[in-house]
Amino acid sequence: MILKDNLGPDGDAFYNALMDAHEGRDESESHALNARLVLMMANQIGDLEVLRSLLEIAAATPQKQD
Amino acid sequence: MAYDYAPFPYVPPTGLTAPEGRHPVVIVGAGPIGLAMAIDLAQHDVKSVVLDDNNVVSVGSRAICWAKRTLEIFDRLGVGERMLEKGVTWKVGRQFHGAKEVYSFDLLPEPGHKYPAFINLQQYYVEQYLVERAQEFPGLIDLRFLNKVTDHTDHGTYVELTVETPDGTYALEADYYIACEGAGSPTRKRMELAFEGQTFEEHFLIVDVEMETSPFGDHDTPERWFWFAPPFHNGQSALLHKQPDNIYRIDLQLGPETDPKEEATEARVIPRIKAIVGDTPFRLDWMSVYKFRCAKLERFVHNRVLFVGDSAHVVSPFGARGGNGGIQDVDNLGWKLASVLQGDAPATLLETYNEERTHGSAENILNSARATNFMTPKSPIEALFRDEVLNLASDHPFARKLINSGRLSNPCSLEGKSLQTPGDAPQHPGWPLMDAPLVGPNGQTWLVAETKGQFTLLGFGQTALPEITGIARLGINGQHDYPCFDDIEGHAAQRYGADHIYLIRPDGHICAAFRSPEPKEIQAAYDRARGINA
Repeated sequence: MILKDNLGPDGDAFYNALMDAHEGRDESESHALNARLVLMMANQIGDLEVLRSLLEIAAATPQKQD
Repeated sequence: MAYDYAPFPYVPPTGLTAPEGRHPVVIVGAGPIGLAMAIDLAQHDVKSVVLDDNNVVSVGSRAICWAKRTLEIFDRLGVGERMLEKGVTWKVGRQFHGAKEVYSFDLLPEPGHKYPAFINLQQYYVEQYLVERAQEFPGLIDLRFLNKVTDHTDHGTYVELTVETPDGTYALEADYYIACEGAGSPTRKRMELAFEGQTFEEHFLIVDVEMETSPFGDHDTPERWFWFAPPFHNGQSALLHKQPDNIYRIDLQLGPETDPKEEATEARVIPRIKAIVGDTPFRLDWMSVYKFRCAKLERFVHNRVLFVGDSAHVVSPFGARGGNGGIQDVDNLGWKLASVLQGDAPATLLETYNEERTHGSAENILNSARATNFMTPKSPIEALFRDEVLNLASDHPFARKLINSGRLSNPCSLEGKSLQTPGDAPQHPGWPLMDAPLVGPNGQTWLVAETKGQFTLLGFGQTALPEITGIARLGINGQHDYPCFDDIEGHAAQRYGADHIYLIRPDGHICAAFRSPEPKEIQAAYDRARGINA
């Protein structure tokens, strides 16, 4: 699992591409897009152990409280 | 035509008037599991008394999908061919999202097997065939209908039972007590054993309809059709199967807020069926409303009381893992109990029934629970992921693999369990025997049909297999002083690798593989497979 920077100089470009993909969508459409993305990215990674670690860390990351 | 539920005769048992003496085995429950258990034991020359509180076969089709492995076991028990002949053979499953087909799978894409991936056959036929087969062993199987077990006590070295009949109550004693009573097992409840797992909130309606015109439309070949969000039913899912006698099984998911009693009425069911088949005439044969449940006992062996089939474990359907799992229990226990009773193996061998079949049932429960989770999303986010898998599946192959409408029963691997001697071969120790067509002195036959009910050594070519007491020998593509067969089509050599020797257990699982016919090694593996410590 890679948690140090792996996108290099393309980080900003990716982040903006992600925002662009969500542009003009209402919340439910955005959720559906995210769900598709998660499924496709999981298949791209294709390694259950890596995926489990990613799920664990994502789930353990505390949500920002207002 | 509706099945004729002819009652089996009740005969007042001897025990009502005089003590019967201790029986080696009492089997409680004459469903498919109890009957198969009695036949398996009888084929190993073990007597049993089978008690059932009822006197007819299963009312309603109930378990209909019988898997290849089960048919191979039934072949050994003498009913496989009859089931195959009557049953509806299928191997393709199609999955729809709305009206659109998104994915189909073929469960047995290769030739060279005696039995197909699946047949559909109503449980009442299976029970009828098993009863008729059991009646071929009048000296070994004592079938007692309308005999209800109301109590039992394990005295350590035997079990005492109280049995109620129309003519009164009597007592029975047995060395071993096998509970095959189904999901509601009174034995399990009497013993207050925890039966833990997961119950799913969704209700399902299960309906058998008889109709002349196939609801599969132009599709002549029977298949398994599964719909997510079906166009004809306002619910999450629907399933269609064909059974013999023009009976079709339809399963409809009804959702959690359902009154099961109200739903299982003609007034509610007929409009639901009409929505699927239109104006085609049909007859309602049977219906039931149920909830999915996955649960199992922690242990299947409790000293002299053994649990087999649904009394030990239940799974949600849609994976055909209930009846098929139970038959694998029978297959696993039969030869072990016979060996113990006949003094060929220590009583501790029964503990490996617990080891191997708790493993098998845990695997079935895992697969069924995963399928049920996919089919019955518990929250909006689960529904969202499910829907997006189905969306992606139209265009992207990876998502088709994630669609889960039931991962259909596969034979259980016993690799790594204590009876198996680890080894390296194309077919791993622990795997069930993979079939192959053979030609012998009596013409065409099959590997699964020639390695039945006893330890068998399998070898290829000119390698001579050593003679070891208790082990049968089977040669392929060789000429020896034991039965030899030709592998005309080459499937056996291709599947097994012609330079390996295999030791096969009486239940058809490989327990060891060897590179050379070394009698000492083979003897050691044979002892290990019977739970005898060197």
